Amino acid sequence: MSEGHSTYTPKTGIGRWVDARMPLPRLVYDSFVAYPVPRNLNYAWTFGGILALMLGAQILTGIVLAMHYAADSSLAFDSVEKIMRDVNSGWLLRYLHSNGASFFFVAVYIHIFRGLYYGSYKAPRELLWILGCIIYLLMMATGFMGYVLPWGQMSFWGATVITGFFSAIPLVGEWIQQLLLGGFAVDNPTLNRFFSLHYLLPFMIAGVVVLHIWALHVVGQSNPTGIEVKSKTDTVAFTPYATIKDAFGMLVFLFVFAYFVFYLPNFLGHPDNYVVADPLKTPAHIVPEWYFLPFYAILRAITFNIGPINSKLGGVLAMFGSIAVLFLVPWLDTSKVRSAVYRPWYKLFFWLFVIDAVLLGWLGSQPAEGSYVFMAQMATLFYFAFFLVVLPVLGLVETPRRLPNSITEAVLEKNKGGGGGHPARATAAAEIKG
Amino acid sequence: MSATDIQDPNRRDFLYVATGMAAVVGAGAAAWPFIDQMRPDASTLALASVEVDVSSLTPGTSLVVKWRGKPVVVRNRTEQEMKDGEAVNLAELKDPLARNANLPADAPATDANRTMPGKEAWIVMVQVCTHLGCIPLGQEGEFGGWFCPCHGSTYDTAGRVRGGPAPENMSVPVFQFISDTKIRIG
Repeated sequence: MSEGHSTYTPKTGIGRWVDARMPLPRLVYDSFVAYPVPRNLNYAWTFGGILALMLGAQILTGIVLAMHYAADSSLAFDSVEKIMRDVNSGWLLRYLHSNGASFFFVAVYIHIFRGLYYGSYKAPRELLWILGCIIYLLMMATGFMGYVLPWGQMSFWGATVITGFFSAIPLVGEWIQQLLLGGFAVDNPTLNRFFSLHYLLPFMIAGVVVLHIWALHVVGQSNPTGIEVKSKTDTVAFTPYATIKDAFGMLVFLFVFAYFVFYLPNFLGHPDNYVVADPLKTPAHIVPEWYFLPFYAILRAITFNIGPINSKLGGVLAMFGSIAVLFLVPWLDTSKVRSAVYRPWYKLFFWLFVIDAVLLGWLGSQPAEGSYVFMAQMATLFYFAFFLVVLPVLGLVETPRRLPNSITEAVLEKNKGGGGGHPARATAAAEIKG
Repeated sequence: MSATDIQDPNRRDFLYVATGMAAVVGAGAAAWPFIDQMRPDASTLALASVEVDVSSLTPGTSLVVKWRGKPVVVRNRTEQEMKDGEAVNLAELKDPLARNANLPADAPATDANRTMPGKEAWIVMVQVCTHLGCIPLGQEGEFGGWFCPCHGSTYDTAGRVRGGPAPENMSVPVFQFISDTKIRIG
């Protein structure tokens, strides 16, 4: 799709002068105006744009918060309270930033599940998917370090538990842990380096996002049918069709976001983080931010030794494995059909996997005792079985439904019932706006 | 020059390899300070030992001091706690090693090996769960020792792990009684 001829023609003398020297306007025009997108994209495809918006918003609010924040263990907690009480509009900027992190993850989870449902990771989009996984890892590191900065009880003990993962590594684990902490426990050196990295990582994310979009524009977007674009009638121009759809998606998303910022600003946080960090007292019940809960449940599910691997290392391996397995998805899925729309069994297992992921998240918020542990073990088993058994086997044994010959045919077939008599082009346009 | 002039390996090959090696070593040497600066600094290492007055501890009481940023519990155990600790069958222990920095690394986790000779009532240990570093609560849990509220690990009256995800007994730091009422940790 990208190999299509550039149709940009500068209208002014200055435009022609710039175009001959550094054709940035041409790049923007070809990427965001004339760029052809499949005509059948639904609202699940608006989350890429929403994520770009959230990244920009987080960087903006983050930069201004850093103007008032003090990364010193004796000042950090008070400086955050000062932002909340004394700094003009500080409360708003901090709530935008803390809730913005949560909504960034809401959007990324929808984006990832959309990719899984429609098989967006399959050839030739493997690198695109892997770049996305790298962005997700960087987001997790950034979110974790950001949560440490207010220096509350959850900040401190979350950091203690998560850096404790590294002590599970045989032989060099303790050395690595001390390298991360800059001491024997979480303390001022830890806070300082986390602040430095928390400031750096979003720009690294932005860099990988550029690669992600580059890879996307080489192979073109997937679409709900999973059929590649075959002719010009399968696509519409990015502007105005995708632009206006993305803008509407962003607007709805920001409505929900604003509701949390203004009416439930602490709903997704934890009250213990308004207690200043105390290295001698662990809160009764340590929980990470909500977006890490499924992985936290997997970590705690391994309560038994597996051969030479003790339960602690086993838990850490399972947790990192649960993310690492995402990188392998393009090769684990053996089906030639991309979209779950035409894969009845995959569709069923996909929704079971969604339920499983939500269940793991809930279990991660519960204490690790009694029947919760067994449930977490079963849910962890299904999590891995989905990737390592269901994806490879289903592609070999499942009979997919008949695929339409083209995107255009799929769109017209869908609209046959209600809109009989319309010219094909008008019906399709209505579908896109819908 | 003709092909016959070139020996294999020739001087140019040698220069390529030597330059490449120098670049690798140089990059490593340049990277090291950036990694090294992250390790615990001199001021952190300087706080490596503390002295504690334990004269106020009657049997059944404990105190906690901060050592290297971590809490160290000093407990004067009751007769019952010592008896419970001695009665444990070592085969039942999840971690068979004493984890006592004052003893050889392979010392078995007997009750006596978790304490000091002649001071068997006293438990001095880093009160940090060996799972992921939470602070266990004292005199709780089914073994009457310590209980970690984070992920449910239980320890007995000698601080040995008995249940839950923690892999090791809580560690006993280097310490000594410098008088009957004073302990130096570290």
